[in-house]
Amino acid sequence: MPKREDFHRIMLIGSGPIVIGQACEFDYSGTQACKALKEEGYFIILLNSNPATVMTDPELADRTYVEPITIEVVERIFERERPDALLPTMGGQTALNITVELHQKGILQKYGIQLIGASFEAINKAEDREAFKCAMQRIGLVTPESQRIRSRDEAGGAIKLVGFPAIVRPSFTLGGAGGNIAYNQEEFDSFVDWALTISPVGEALIERSLIGWKEFELEVMRDRKDNVVIVCPIENVDAMGIHTGDSITVAPAMTLTDKEYQQMRDAAIRIIREIGVDTGGSNIQFGVDPQTGEQVVIEMNPRVSRSSALASKATGFPIAKIAAKLAVGYTLDEIPNDITQVTKASFEPTIDYVVLKIPRFAFEKFDGANPTLTTHMKSVGETMALGRTFQEALQKAIRSLEIDRCGLVSLWKLDGHMNAHPPQTELVEPIRQAICHPHPDRLWHLADGFRAGLSLEDISTFTHIDPWFLAQIQELVQFEADVASHKNGVIADDSSLVPSRLPYTLIAEAKERGFSDERLGQLLGCSDTALRTWRKTQSEDANQGMVTYARVDTCAAEFEAMTPYLYSTYGQACEAQPTSKKKVVILGGGPNRIGQGIEFDYCCVHAALALRELEVETIMVNCNPETVSTDYDISDRLYFEPLTEEDVLNIIEKERPFGVVVQFGGQTPLKLALPLYRAGVPILGTSPDSIDRAEDRERFSELIIKLGLMQPKNGTARSEKEARDIAHSIGYPVIVRPSYVLGGRAMQIMYDEPTLIQYIETKIRLSPQHPLLIDQYLMDAIEVDVDAISDGDQTIVAGIMQHVENAGIHSGDSACSLPPYSLDALVIQCIQQSTIALAQELQVVGLMNVQFAVQQGTVYVLEVNPRGSRTIPFVSKAIGTPLAKVAMKIMLGKSLSELGISQPETFNHMAVKEAVFPFSKLGSPDVLLGPEMRSTGEVMGIDRDFGWAFAKSQAAAGMALPCEGTILLSVKDRDKPAAADLAYRLRRLGFQLQATSGTATYLREHGCEVTTVNKVKEGRPHIVDHIKNQQVHLVINTIGTALSEEDSAPIRRESLYAGISYFTTMQGAWAAVLGIEATLCHSLTVQTLQEYHPA
Amino acid sequence: MMSSFQPAILALSDGTIFRGRALGYYGEATGEVVFNTAMTGYQEILTDPSYYGQMVVMTCPHIGNYGIAEDDAESRRAWAGGFILKEATKQPSNWRATHSLHDYLIEHRIVGIEGIDTRALTRHLRDHGSQNGIISHLESDPAVLVEKAKLVPPIIDRDLVSDVTCPEPYYWKEGTGTWTIEPQTFASPIKPRASAYQIAVVDFGVKQNILRLLVDAGCDVTVVPATTSAENIRAMNPDGIVLSNGPGDPQGVRHAVPEIQKLIGWRPILGICLGHQILGIALNLQTYKLPFGHHGANHPVMDLRTQKVEITSQNHNFAVGASEDCIRTDGTPVTLSTPFGPFQITHASLNDDCIEGMTGVDVPVLSFQYHPEASPGPHDSSYLFHQFTQLMDTTHAM
Repeated sequence: MPKREDFHRIMLIGSGPIVIGQACEFDYSGTQACKALKEEGYFIILLNSNPATVMTDPELADRTYVEPITIEVVERIFERERPDALLPTMGGQTALNITVELHQKGILQKYGIQLIGASFEAINKAEDREAFKCAMQRIGLVTPESQRIRSRDEAGGAIKLVGFPAIVRPSFTLGGAGGNIAYNQEEFDSFVDWALTISPVGEALIERSLIGWKEFELEVMRDRKDNVVIVCPIENVDAMGIHTGDSITVAPAMTLTDKEYQQMRDAAIRIIREIGVDTGGSNIQFGVDPQTGEQVVIEMNPRVSRSSALASKATGFPIAKIAAKLAVGYTLDEIPNDITQVTKASFEPTIDYVVLKIPRFAFEKFDGANPTLTTHMKSVGETMALGRTFQEALQKAIRSLEIDRCGLVSLWKLDGHMNAHPPQTELVEPIRQAICHPHPDRLWHLADGFRAGLSLEDISTFTHIDPWFLAQIQELVQFEADVASHKNGVIADDSSLVPSRLPYTLIAEAKERGFSDERLGQLLGCSDTALRTWRKTQSEDANQGMVTYARVDTCAAEFEAMTPYLYSTYGQACEAQPTSKKKVVILGGGPNRIGQGIEFDYCCVHAALALRELEVETIMVNCNPETVSTDYDISDRLYFEPLTEEDVLNIIEKERPFGVVVQFGGQTPLKLALPLYRAGVPILGTSPDSIDRAEDRERFSELIIKLGLMQPKNGTARSEKEARDIAHSIGYPVIVRPSYVLGGRAMQIMYDEPTLIQYIETKIRLSPQHPLLIDQYLMDAIEVDVDAISDGDQTIVAGIMQHVENAGIHSGDSACSLPPYSLDALVIQCIQQSTIALAQELQVVGLMNVQFAVQQGTVYVLEVNPRGSRTIPFVSKAIGTPLAKVAMKIMLGKSLSELGISQPETFNHMAVKEAVFPFSKLGSPDVLLGPEMRSTGEVMGIDRDFGWAFAKSQAAAGMALPCEGTILLSVKDRDKPAAADLAYRLRRLGFQLQATSGTATYLREHGCEVTTVNKVKEGRPHIVDHIKNQQVHLVINTIGTALSEEDSAPIRRESLYAGISYFTTMQGAWAAVLGIEATLCHSLTVQTLQEYHPA
Repeated sequence: MMSSFQPAILALSDGTIFRGRALGYYGEATGEVVFNTAMTGYQEILTDPSYYGQMVVMTCPHIGNYGIAEDDAESRRAWAGGFILKEATKQPSNWRATHSLHDYLIEHRIVGIEGIDTRALTRHLRDHGSQNGIISHLESDPAVLVEKAKLVPPIIDRDLVSDVTCPEPYYWKEGTGTWTIEPQTFASPIKPRASAYQIAVVDFGVKQNILRLLVDAGCDVTVVPATTSAENIRAMNPDGIVLSNGPGDPQGVRHAVPEIQKLIGWRPILGICLGHQILGIALNLQTYKLPFGHHGANHPVMDLRTQKVEITSQNHNFAVGASEDCIRTDGTPVTLSTPFGPFQITHASLNDDCIEGMTGVDVPVLSFQYHPEASPGPHDSSYLFHQFTQLMDTTHAM
């Protein structure tokens, strides 16, 4: 059917900031949708508050609004843009929820906007669990017994119906947020309270638990002619009871017979028809009883999802792109299959490899968070690997995770064992415990279970994991033991040699099973480089065991694949077919994690686009299925591979590129810079030696001294005594961090010696090999982030961002303003000059990020990163220059002047970046910000003045500032004078004030009307009661000591859970006041990026 | 581990060699090597008589995962001449499994090979066409095996049906039971009928799911040998006749052609796969061999009248020929002229425009190149059995 001409202007809503359960997969789908619809000539209006997305690049849509995703904003955009249609299925739960609200409030109807992709009725039927259950009954399908509740009383009745264990699921939350499994009444009551609180509609479902059943997902597509195809069946390795986002999953489904699979397929088709998703994709989840084969329907998502992104990458079938085309009226048979180019999208992909996804977690950053995996999602990212067999895919996926595990390493020092002799009886019980308990490390404990002598049957009983998967792990463990049995042949103590009687066929088979050289080296007691060198000479002789690349082609080789989307395997034929063009390899960022997310993927995508503009062939290497960078049409060639030295070198040897780019993918490729450089690989841009100069603490200090700059006093302690002495000489408070960790791990502020001693004793290992780094903590300093770009001769300071929070809070977690909102001109000038001096000295070619702290007019350099930073997309969008693209071109020899890039002019607008946090998802006991980064994503607020930009950033982060009501203050002594000014302003704005006794007394003394409230320890009703009862609308709470930190933790936690804005620094509070003032002064306006930056 | 396995070789007649590990029955086997891209249903494939004379490469890398279950057989035995895999599962896992794949292959004397780069082999077959080959667990000299592969008789013009057809007529009573397939696509309401349709199924190598779906559709099914004369079929006085699927080249089954010609127009006929091709010959149409055939469970077929697409199960090396311009001309279905009046092309492959279905304009004939009975594969086309019963209804009414 031809495309629809009854509408022309289409609005798309993105998913907002990256949070647990909603990551960059929606940038991938949204970007595909924008491109697909623009290609068809539609006028695209886009709303997304997340500046780090590719979709918000001004080239992608005709009108790009980086504004909060709220009803008010959407309505304002409707007024301005008058879209004809809204496509609500590309922006995850966020877009779906706001669409439901727009419909319910009659706003869509008011502006005459039709929904395409999914109707309101379909969304409602799929999302409302009761309606869904009825719909399933109508078509003869089974759902788990369940009952909807709106109160604790109703919950009592429901639990009698479903029995324990029971699942408590809040309605309309994303990523199953707030869902839990209750095994007893006490747990049940608390989970019910929590679910009713967190559900935006105050509703939850009590559901029979199917713990231990097998779990499957089908990705279904339907077009307006009612053609339906299943893109891919995905099987969860982890049984029901663990959220699918936290489960290891595999495609294709491994343990279903054709009869069972077709039954499921029939059900899926019936469901998409009954729910009424007319065009586009849906994800449907099933549970299967492993004892009887009984199938039940768990849920359906009437939109693209994390799983659809995974299925797209797993098969080469671009679900979001095709869903967008279907939404405007095309049918599946009219859409070409990009990969074969000769067939159509109307078919079901078949795959001749195994795809495995493993989630990545970040519990180590959240003290006290519960790492047990359950029905609500807790992972922050994921990695995908392709192999010709399950074992190969599993081992590739493990090393893609970047958690310093090169395979199924033993967590119990049992490497190389199988049914350990002598039996490690004392280990059996703890390992059994570890296996029974679902948590991020369970996969490795499974392997140790076999090593210690547990049987496959036992492990299957404990875990409900299908024996087929366990047998694969068992085989790998057995194989490891076979390899390790050759260890004795190693020539004494020399790890540069491989065992003398090592049979090559064994190693060739190991490579087919996906073993890394590093893991084999561990098992054999030799170095990975020695093994690699030996292996290569042997493989040439044996013509076996050489790495080959196969193509992802949607059709199991039935048709030729025209798109080079490749993965490595150890097969007989290589399909890489490298070209002889000038080409550049871009190393991506790997799985999303805290500190390394979508921002780096954005940079990699821009690098690829820049290379395309320069007509250089681009080769992308990455292993994160959620990303835009791993979309096969972003680069000329895509290698879906782990980012380890071995895997990357294999690609480089095959492709022989002109250069490799390590600047854009964050720490992952940067860590590879030196090893690759040593292996003779040309690294583009800033030299690895300059990178080292910036990263090595001693060389960095020399640099600072040479340039006559300032840095905070610091020292390196190798013992507790040394630590105490250094801290004493610097003066408390100090910032400490172990030298052996990255990304601010275990970085903390120490206010006094007892806390330092406690930290050393409980949190870290301190030894001469593992020293502790101690820095002066610059109290009340303002932190400033700078992104600069340099071509080696000229340096441009692209963006100076003033942090809203004090120095000491990780830059990724702090709100910041571009341009600075309160720095004086001299300081800015000093920062600019220092940045230029650093860039010139380090001979930066490309991007550089510098962090400064300003204390009473003095500028200190905190750190320099000669690479693309997290803030590059934010700065690019704030100033209207695509910095990553420019940097890529510079690395290929262009100069800034050639590219027409000059120092940005002053703007008529302000942009504020705010971070969002996963505290509520992880049940984190405290939400206080510190030097260790804990945010998962960010939003941008942009407006003419700082106040509105800040207010927008808060609204976009889901914590809108109040414009009336009660404000609670509880501040440390040093902040009291400032608090008095602030209180005065707030009173004038019409707010009521509450304060804890000390603060209240001070405020009253300074003429401010305030009510005193009890601290938690002072009896009830206390401060937390007021927060829980929603009697408070904003909380300002600063703390100065470890004790007050602990005391005030419940205030912050409860504010967060109750959705009340809270500020833990005076700077933040001041920004809030400016924001409130602005919103009270003039009303909301929205403007597109295209208007902010006219071409 | 690999070392404990017996080595085995697959040699193709063009001299290509693949080394792997022995699987299944110990020995040597020859046949035409074809690849199948279905991700589930290896047992159905092994037991499909259409694979007689062929050695099947499964492109899906793990085969045998869920073992072998009694309900999943498509005939009384396994027919594939050889089984070529990337990796066979040793310990199956499924609540219905009674055997492992390996044991089943031994029991049914099927020679297999695993540890093969099946993707490289599939690409080779795709680029060079399907060809004869040999799997050997015995001979270690590839040159000897290539010579043997060259001696394997070509599939063209061979009658393989006589080896797979039933020796005597028999009744079939069993429906799909627990595995009921409800037609969900294009379904028109199924009218209950007072008495069952009497159906004669001519067995060229019939898959049992055809019989089961006929039973589900309200038929009394009698299966007759491929050599049954038109006279004998007329004597049975059936309401309809099914020409079943089966192995090999339709030209090898010429003996059935005159018999079919005598039945066209007499009672409604449903042709499936080889049955469709033989019907084509009976209609004076050409048949030809495809370069590497269609074998899989993901083949899109368009109903040219409704322009809707079904995902179908397919398994054919030959096809009924027609000039290229016969396909999809904007809603006006193309008709072929035959001695029995015009035949409309109703279905075509979306992948390569191959004819996938046709129907008589003046005579009650429905004919499909693909497998509406699925097994393995999607159930999108099961409605065709009901279309056939409707055809019998309307023919009766006439």
